[in-house]
Order: sequence, then structure tokens, then C-alpha cells
Amino acid sequence: MLNPEQEKPRVGLFVTCLVDLFRPNVGFASVKLLEDAGCVVDVPAAQTCCGQPAYNSGDRADTRAIAENTIRAFEPFDYVVAPSGSCAGMLIKHYPALFAGDPKWEERAKAFSAKVHELVSFLVDVLGVSAVEASVNGSVTYHDSCSGLRELGIRQQPRALLSTVKGLQLREMADADVCCGFGGTFCVKYSDISNKIVSQKTERIREAGAGTLLAGDLGCLMNMAGKLKREGSAVEVRHVAEVLAGMADTPPIGGKG
Amino acid sequence: MQITSPAFKQNSRAALADTQLQRALGNVRAGFIDKRRKAIDALPEFDALRDSARAIKNHVLENLDLYLETYERKVIETGGTVHWAETAEDARRIALEICRAAGARTVTKGKSMITEEIGLNDFLEAEGIRPVETDLGEYIIQLRGEHPSHIIAPAVHLNRDQIEADFRRVHDHLPVARDLTEPETLLAEARKVLRKEYFAADVGITGANFLVAETGSSIIVTNEGNGDLTQTLPKVHVVMASIEKIVPTLEDAAQIIRVLARSATGQDMSVYTTVSTGPRRPGDPDGPEEYHVILLDNGRSSMLGTKFQDMLRCIRCGACMNHCPVYHAVGGHAYGWVYPGPMGAVLTPSLIGVDKGGHLPNASTFCGRCESVCPMKIPLPKMMRHWREREFERGLNPATSRYGLKFWAFFARRPKLYRFAASLGIPFLSLFAGNRGRFRHLPLAGGWTKWRDMPAPESRTFMQQWQQKEALKQEARP
Repeated sequence: MLNPEQEKPRVGLFVTCLVDLFRPNVGFASVKLLEDAGCVVDVPAAQTCCGQPAYNSGDRADTRAIAENTIRAFEPFDYVVAPSGSCAGMLIKHYPALFAGDPKWEERAKAFSAKVHELVSFLVDVLGVSAVEASVNGSVTYHDSCSGLRELGIRQQPRALLSTVKGLQLREMADADVCCGFGGTFCVKYSDISNKIVSQKTERIREAGAGTLLAGDLGCLMNMAGKLKREGSAVEVRHVAEVLAGMADTPPIGGKG
Repeated sequence: MQITSPAFKQNSRAALADTQLQRALGNVRAGFIDKRRKAIDALPEFDALRDSARAIKNHVLENLDLYLETYERKVIETGGTVHWAETAEDARRIALEICRAAGARTVTKGKSMITEEIGLNDFLEAEGIRPVETDLGEYIIQLRGEHPSHIIAPAVHLNRDQIEADFRRVHDHLPVARDLTEPETLLAEARKVLRKEYFAADVGITGANFLVAETGSSIIVTNEGNGDLTQTLPKVHVVMASIEKIVPTLEDAAQIIRVLARSATGQDMSVYTTVSTGPRRPGDPDGPEEYHVILLDNGRSSMLGTKFQDMLRCIRCGACMNHCPVYHAVGGHAYGWVYPGPMGAVLTPSLIGVDKGGHLPNASTFCGRCESVCPMKIPLPKMMRHWREREFERGLNPATSRYGLKFWAFFARRPKLYRFAASLGIPFLSLFAGNRGRFRHLPLAGGWTKWRDMPAPESRTFMQQWQQKEALKQEARP
């Protein structure tokens, strides 16, 4: 835990475009978790998206313009926190690469990236949070989203905090670390292949036998929720932050029933 | 071979609908991954070995000219001949000249992706020379008139019963009542048939896993011993290898071998590691009378000094495709040329052009599993992104995705406008969904809703709600 004598850390929440548009509850859950851990949270209005759709489509010019906006918007904060391993990975790993060799922006981008964290790993690794005040009645299974897992090494942190949620039982699925087939624009550009991959994922989810599927990335969650709904599955899908913040009382992603 | 990479989408749709193929692909998922994991867990220094292997190849690529010349000198000193082939056509012509000079009618072949790359089999056949593949997987696909679907397991797209049917069709001189229900019986039959071919062959052609500059040796690693018979029994041994196979010393080769088999099949070492240095010397009990090396460039030297140089570290272990969700879904043939999976997605556009191979680096979720298992730590997703950038710069990607992206970016670059548009669009979309919380169909999102429902937005955007809350807080302050 941070020394209470110290000034509270000022955290800028990078909401992520999908949370902003589709699942505000994840944003409010993030704010609650951060405030409960002793942070002062603000949400700069000048943010839009991390730029991945452009970056992964080969459009560097638009990516740079978006990245410059993002860096400017978050410069006043001690930390930048995103409830997504994918967006955090973009801000941490790819912004410095994007500006490499640029005399004006390289150092600025590096300084920015150095203070960016994914939400759950920030709580555990930086703030030293070891338990949350939340309860859930039932079993969950956890999908490791690819960027968070492989770019940022997020694996134990969400499981550690979930283990402190009262009444929650974690039932691991097989291949939890295998891609769900979302891949940003991949899921619409190569939708047949994406469908095959997500179908294998939902099979693993069903085998796990948990009532709820959790993950730390809304893109993956919307993909898996959409497939589970289409298959008529009763498994409910939520972002891990909603459960950790005790804010899992709203309808799940993709609705009830 | 014919390039069908531009038809990747059609290829992959056909692959997804092919029930035999889907059954066989289950073996890739089940087989390779666990074996590799076990082998690596048993070797704590594996990651350090990867770094060392990467350093060796990086050093070679920085000094490739020097090592190639040293290697050539050593081959000549040991009595062999080196042929430089700039293009696939050059390599084919040189191979034919060697076969003609040897009066060859039959050529045995060890497993070699390079000869696939240059289409050697079809070429030799058209010239009246019969190539016989001696690796079991290669032999099977040759019987079927197919190409490898995997770089180390060429017939991984097939099931045992399909292979049995092929053997019964082709080996029609053998008793019909024979038992071919076990993989071992299939192997024994192939061995028996191939045994005669080794003795009939005038030339043996192999690839190389390594070319050793220090000694002028070529090294192959195999599991069936077919490579040894291919290169020692005929009068002439031809090694066909690409220029980046060079390592400075035998020690360096040994270092890389330690990561190669573990990454490929989960073995500590392949069953055979065979070092060939020159032709038979006086007093040698066996070996070829002539030893030729055909060094193929075929576009590789133009990758040096570019963003794609790291790809030349590849040692062809296949770990990237073994761990690739896209490869698992569609198999190797869908990629439409010689090299499938993530390594193919980077290498194919380098060798055949991004105009033809452009789908491959796009057909990736960027899940990063390939890079995480690559023994040479090749940043495969990063290089796929470089290809996407080249495509974008040249305007090669489809107009719809280009304009869609530009439309989105117009807003994403302008936070105020973006916020305004979102504050109008999102509540509307939410209202449109009603209380079902999802869409079964949604205009312009057919790629998504064809296969899955589209979760609907909650209500208003986070930013709308946040700003309203903040405003209320401000008002509440005295």
C-alpha cells in the first residue's frame, strides 16, 4: 500500500472507446476500484481511442495523430490506467515504437508510456491491493486476453483479486490463454475464421461449467458474449472490474436471457 | 507451385467446410503444444538458449557476405562445388544440369522446403527425371499430388484412413488383404517401397538445416533416417539451401539445435543429426562421388537491412504455426503458397510480393502466441504490421476498409466532434436495441452479426454520464 502520508496519486482513467460507448459500467467500476485504493481519479475529455484500429491496419499517420492527442491529454497525471490489456499494451508498448526516432515526440511518448498501466495489474502490482470488498454468489471462469497476457504479463493479478471476492468460485477453463478470435478488425475482415476460433472458445467456456465468464478486455468479451448468446448459452459475461468493484448487478454484456 | 494466396478468403472458407481437414487439424492442437511445453519445462535454461541462438543468427546476418565466402572456400577445399542461384529459375537450371551430367533418371529427395519454394519436382518431372520424396509425409503428399501443409509435418492435414486409401491405390502390387490400420504398418510399407528407390537413384537431393562456414559442412536433422540414405547412397549429393542457413561454427549449430527440436516436436534432439562435408574421401566406406551445394537467394538478400531482416533468423521449426489459432482453423493449404502460418504470413509477401501475399499478414488476430514460442524470438506480429503498413501506403487494401478506417479516424482524431457524434449515436443505438441488450442483425455490421449477436450499448456513453456527475458535484460545492 502507498504511504498514507504521501499525497494521493492522481490517476487519469483511459476509459477505452469500447467501454465509453458500450459498457460505461466498466468505467465506473474502474473509478470505484481506483478510489477505494486511495487514488484521485479524473477522466480527461480529450481522449477518444488508443488508435489500434488504425495502427493495426497500417495507417501510421492517423495513429500518430490520435496518439499525440492521447499523450497531451494525460500528461498532467501521475498514472494513466486503462481497463483493458489491449489498449494499455498499445499505450505502453507501441506508442514508443510509433515515435521512435522523432526528436520532438520520442521522449514525450516514453515518459507517457512509463506511467501507463492496465487496471487490475495496477491495483495489485503498483498499489499493492491484495483484497477487494465484493461478493458474488456463483462460479466464474476467466479468459486471459492476449495482449494483457503476452504483452503485459497479466495472469495472476486478476485471479489473486478474484480469490478474495466472497462466494466466488473460480473454475478454470482449458486453453484460457488461447485467443478468442476477436482481433479487432480481424473479426469482421475474416469473420469465418474468427467464428471458428470463437466457437472453440465457447466450447471451452461451456466445459468449464461456470455461470459467468470474465475477462479484462471488452473487445474479447463482446465477441465471446455475442457468440454465447447466438448459441443460446446461459453463461453471463462481464468485465472483471465489474465483479471486483461489486458492481455486477447490472444486466450482463449482451443482456439477460 | 501455383500461388493461390490472393484467394485466401475462399481457400479458408473451403478449409473450414472440409470435415476431414478439420478432424486432422485437431491433431495439431493436441499434439505439438503439450510436447513442446514439456520439453521446455524440463530445460530451465531454454530462454537463455533462445537469446544465444538469436544472437548467433543476428551476427551471421550482419556479416552474411563474409560467412558465405568462407563457407564456399571450405566446401571447395573439401572437394565439393558451390553454385550460386539468384533466382528459383537459376536453382532449377543448376539442379537439372547436375542431374543431366550424372545421367540421372531417378532422384531421391530428403525433406526440403526450398525445393518446394522453387517447384523443383514438377520441373524435373517435365524434364523426364523422376523425383522420389523419401520423408514419409512428403512421400504421402507426393502420391496425392499435393504440397506440404506444414513445414515440418507436410501431411498433417491428412488422417490415417486417407493415407491407407492412397497406399492401397498406389501400391497395387502388394496383397490386398494386408493390415494397414496402424501408423506403424503404414510406415513399414513406405520404407519397403522406398528402399528400392534409394538404390535406383543416381542423385540425392537434400535441404539443409545449417551450413557451417568453419568446416564447409551441411547439417540436416531428421527423424526417419531417410535423409542419410538419400545423401549417401547415390553417386551425387546435391544440397539445396538458402543463404541464411549459414552459421559460423559447429558449436553454433549445436546451440541452435538445442532449441530447434524442442520447439518443433518437443524432442530433446531429432533422431538423426547428420553432418556432410564434401564427397567421399579415399578410404571412406561410403558417400557420394560428387558433392554440390546450390545456394539460393530468391529475394532473401533484399530483406537484409530492412524491417524484415529478423525473419531471416527463422530455423523452420514450425512452432509459430503449431500455436496459431488461425492455422488451427484453416490449416496450411489455405495460405496458398509454400510457407503457411505466422512465419509464412511474414515471409510469403517478402518472396512473392505483398500484392499477392497481402491477405496473409492481415489474417492474424495479433494474439502474439507465435512470437512467444518462437525459438529465435522473431517479432512476427510486428512484421505482419509492417506489411499492413506497406499495403496501406501503396493503397493495396480494399477500398471499403480504407474508407471505413478514414471515416472513423476523422472522428477519432477530433475528440470534441467524436464526443458529440457518440453522444447522439450511442443513446439511439441503445434505444433501438430495446431491453434485449443485443442485436441479431445490425446494418453495416454483417461481418459480426453473421456469426454472433452484437451486444448493445448500455444507455448513454461513459463520458456523458461522467461529465454529468462531475457537473452535479461542482454544483453541490458551496
